[in-house]
Amino acid sequence: MQYLARSPEAEHATTTGLNNRKLLMWAFLGSDAMFFGPLIATHLIYRTESLQGPIEEILNIPVTTISTFVLLMSSLAMVLALAGIQQGKMGTFRFWTAMTALLGMVFIGFQMVEFTEFAKHGLTPRTNLFGSTFLTLTGFHGAHVTVGIIWLWSLFFASFRGKVKQENSLDVEIAGLYWHFVDIVWIVIFGVIYLVGAFGVEDRVLEGAHALAGLGG
Amino acid sequence: MATNIAILRRPLDPTGAWAWITTVDHKKIGVLYGLTAFAFFILGGVEALVMRLQLAQADLNVVSAATFNQMFTMHGTTMIFMVVMPAGAAFFNFLVPLQIGARDVAFPRLNALSYWLFLFGSILMNFSFFTGSAPDMGWFAYAPLTAANFSTSSSVDYWILGLQVMGVGTLAAGFNFVITIINMRAPGMTLMRMPVFTWMTLIVSFLIIFAFPVITVAITLLLFDRMFGTNFYDITAGADPLLWQHLFWVFGHPEVYILILPSMGIVSDILPTFSRKPLFGYVTIVLAGAVIAFLGFGVWAHHMFTVGMGRWATSAFAVATMAIAVPTGVKVFNWLGTMYGGSIQFRTPMLFALGFISLFMLGGLSGVMHAVVPVDLHQQDTYFVVAHFHYVLFGGSIFGLTAATYYWFPKITGRMMSESIGKTHFALMFVGFNLTFFPMHFLGVLGMPRRIYTYAPDMGWSGTNMAVTIGAFVIAVSIAVFLYNMVRSARVGQPAGANPWGAATLEWSIESPPHHYNFAIVPTIRSQHPLWDEEANTVEPPPLPYVDESSIHMPSPSYWPLLLAMGVTLVAGSLLVWQAHAIAGLTMGAASGALALISVYRWVFEPAVATEVAEGAAAHH
Ligand SMILES: [Cu+2]
Repeated sequence: MQYLARSPEAEHATTTGLNNRKLLMWAFLGSDAMFFGPLIATHLIYRTESLQGPIEEILNIPVTTISTFVLLMSSLAMVLALAGIQQGKMGTFRFWTAMTALLGMVFIGFQMVEFTEFAKHGLTPRTNLFGSTFLTLTGFHGAHVTVGIIWLWSLFFASFRGKVKQENSLDVEIAGLYWHFVDIVWIVIFGVIYLVGAFGVEDRVLEGAHALAGLGG
Repeated sequence: MATNIAILRRPLDPTGAWAWITTVDHKKIGVLYGLTAFAFFILGGVEALVMRLQLAQADLNVVSAATFNQMFTMHGTTMIFMVVMPAGAAFFNFLVPLQIGARDVAFPRLNALSYWLFLFGSILMNFSFFTGSAPDMGWFAYAPLTAANFSTSSSVDYWILGLQVMGVGTLAAGFNFVITIINMRAPGMTLMRMPVFTWMTLIVSFLIIFAFPVITVAITLLLFDRMFGTNFYDITAGADPLLWQHLFWVFGHPEVYILILPSMGIVSDILPTFSRKPLFGYVTIVLAGAVIAFLGFGVWAHHMFTVGMGRWATSAFAVATMAIAVPTGVKVFNWLGTMYGGSIQFRTPMLFALGFISLFMLGGLSGVMHAVVPVDLHQQDTYFVVAHFHYVLFGGSIFGLTAATYYWFPKITGRMMSESIGKTHFALMFVGFNLTFFPMHFLGVLGMPRRIYTYAPDMGWSGTNMAVTIGAFVIAVSIAVFLYNMVRSARVGQPAGANPWGAATLEWSIESPPHHYNFAIVPTIRSQHPLWDEEANTVEPPPLPYVDESSIHMPSPSYWPLLLAMGVTLVAGSLLVWQAHAIAGLTMGAASGALALISVYRWVFEPAVATEVAEGAAAHH
């Protein structure tokens, strides 16, 4: 062991060279994945176990395809916002940050319409197992999106007060990590919950397997 | 900052109680964790003594059956979440930055938030004693038993909400220590040079961030069922009665390793010091810890062998559980190898470390017995299981944490603990422990079920139960001796100096107690034993260069972690109020939610180092 005279800058350097807050976001997202995992698993276990009320035939695939597309486009806007601030183009940053948040708000709008429609058809969290698991899972996802929207608008307005600038583009990068993660979770939900549910993908895979087995035999 | 009203001005150099309330110093937070955990240790111990009085003889009526249910529920919950976990966190906090050569953790204010959430969550749950509805359904809170139609009082709600608040704090601490250990190491402190305690902290932190979200989901769904009428655990709506058990034990088994791995790290640091030779098989011990943690996520259903999972699932979980004994055994052999050929010094920390190894091994052996499914079917829900997990969690975790207290007390306070009182403490605790828990194996084999509040005289359990109760009181006496030793030593103990044990790790290179900035100059590390010169066979005295203290910028104290924790806890409490009185609950929820939001916002825009301090320091240059 020895002591070396070190500059103050060197004392603030991290072991890996990665920023602490960025690593924190990665760790949080890993943990958050373990939050959505059991919610998705619970939904899949209970998918067709409801004793009454509407289940997955109530899902509106065409409309949700549009909202999924909207959310995907918001991720693209997020990428452009980050590129903007990294190059010091504040106008570009502000435009695409606002666009990301607005697309997120459109997605939440779709979700509100969806939940209202379901309620009209008699599906609430109290109706049956499907209502409980589906609305809790997608509700928690919507809450994540909402947090992201608030975060993005905070960055947007803080940029006018000079608190978000090229030097701390990392703040935007971390928000972006969160936003992309929430998008990816939605892709999983859309694939596993909506598509599997509505198209009976599971049954078709089984049919396909049987057909293959038939050909082989 | 200058425009703030006085009360919300940032505390720059607080003294007295305010210095503790607003602290972001990892050492002070560690001490707070430790003191709080010890207070809850006494509370949980009293709950145990009440149970032992009630069970001392057949047909006693010391407490009612309902009170007895509250005692075993709160004893388990307290010891796990308010004693062993925070006591581990106390040492994570105090030691990890010192062991890796850092001046603080990665996120000092987040660290303070973790502590306050733990404290307030614990208080929220224990507040239920005053409303007469203390949790009474077992620390595992099995649904559907805990569903609204079977548990009608608010006892389950207190348990859920208290645990939820504590859980957020634990998660935050998990993130903090993952980042701290990965990213805050001094130059030359490679992963494979870290002390084993720091390694185990890293592994435990990973377990926390991956296991705690699962219990969060489980209790959130239960809360939704109870408060908003969802159907997750409602069997009349077609729910699966095993859903809770799966979710709970997917968390619950990793939790066991969250409780035991810190003590394994502690013992791995203590043994080399008192054997005067390096740890045998350092790499194997580290890898074994990682393997245990990894496998720990794949064995949860060994808690469910009696529920009828089917032959294949049962077999798979049985095999996985047996497999996990292998890395555990590897560790035990490494500890024995460390002592083999060493010149062993039987100081108090070493005695507790040896107690840990022997008792933990017994608990491990009865644990492997549970992996044998036909045997488990007989042992399920008997006192044999109670004996097993106390050997692991008391004989293991608590003995390890006690060893840590004796070992690092000189570093924390600057004074040695009394050896003679310490050895008395060890003798009483070791005898009392075995008198309490060893006979429970027999009671279990004789068929005494867990959680019964009394039994008939002709069961043949009376004599053994009396021995167990006597043992429990011997433990209580030993804890009183421990407390006396700590209080006395903190005031009149021998001054310790930097490295009283002649230990090898970095925390012993600095003063006891350490300066608030830990290291005047960040050290550069060259080996696994920075303080031992193995060729010259000496303990190297660290040369301390002079440094201008005003050039060291430490994070400033802050109110916001405390206020945010208050806001979050009051939001949780408002749900309980809401059940009794909707308007009052909503008002309280809105007010405390606002407090939490304001705190988050102010926190985000508060610089880690207050500008006044930075400017003042700049003026010096
Ligand atoms: Cu287990």
